[in-house]
Amino acid sequence: MSWTSIIIAGVLTYLTRMTMVALVRREMLGDKLKEVLTYVPSAVFPAIIFPAVFFNDSGTFVEISDPKIFASIIAIVVGYFSRNVIATISSGLISYWIILFF
Amino acid sequence: MLSKKQLYFKGMVDVSPHMLSVIPFGIICGAIGIELGFDPYLVYGMSIIIFGGASQIVFLQLLSGGASALIAVTSVGVINSRHLLYGAVLSEYLQKLSLIKKLLISYLVVDQGFAESNKFFKKNKTEQHLHYHLIGTGSTLWVCWQISTLAGIVLGSFVPAELGLKFAIPLTFIAVVVQDLKKIDHVVVMITCGISSLIFFDAPFKSYIIISPILALIIAALLLRFKK
Repeated sequence: MSWTSIIIAGVLTYLTRMTMVALVRREMLGDKLKEVLTYVPSAVFPAIIFPAVFFNDSGTFVEISDPKIFASIIAIVVGYFSRNVIATISSGLISYWIILFF
Repeated sequence: MLSKKQLYFKGMVDVSPHMLSVIPFGIICGAIGIELGFDPYLVYGMSIIIFGGASQIVFLQLLSGGASALIAVTSVGVINSRHLLYGAVLSEYLQKLSLIKKLLISYLVVDQGFAESNKFFKKNKTEQHLHYHLIGTGSTLWVCWQISTLAGIVLGSFVPAELGLKFAIPLTFIAVVVQDLKKIDHVVVMITCGISSLIFFDAPFKSYIIISPILALIIAALLLRFKK
């Protein structure tokens, strides 16, 4: 690994952040496209959630009884009703540890 | 109408719960770099220059596994291409800013900051200095990321792997999308994205991270058409 490769990776990453913010103007996005874009959080974050819950470190499927699956369900239920980010994350982590260590 | 300071502070407060996952993630990211045998300065340099957690870990893992720099850099670009979608959403709210301000703020656009600021923007469209909320979320995350990756580098893997702190990452994003489970169309979009991320997980350059959102947005577009 060298500074050159890090800097290229950094410039690429910055371009992904900057391009749309700096170059897109409101007129360029039609109403339909804007409506579709309201789904962006729902369309992006599950791609981070699902593999992290359903795959283990070696990239194979976890068992249905895996603590991560149970703890995720707890977090979803707690989050749904509490509408609280801290409650969601901590209920998930705590139930995960309880199953893992007891 | 809130002042700039109030908006900035609101951003800090809104994003603060995510520290529960950002800090352990940063520590893990720093520790992994050292564990894999990389120079500490390079590992830390990534946090400033790339500033993107998942992509930094993948970058380290690919290089330590013997992948070429070209492949590692391409993967970082692909993983971070999701920011294009965030930018497209945010561009509407940042419209009035000067180009230089847009260029500076762009550096601070990250997952959790986007998620919280986007929620706030949707509810407060009429606020004049909306971007201060985004600066609030982004700069808070930036500072935490710098400190926690540094801590991981300095202290090494003092966090026992058995704790499974990595699991805080999916939890933080569950917290972000869970309220949208009330809407059936969003549920369909989420399931589409989630299942395709499992199917395409082994696609080259970690491209599942952009393939799945694109498929999910196509489904969203179809759903919108049927709604009318």
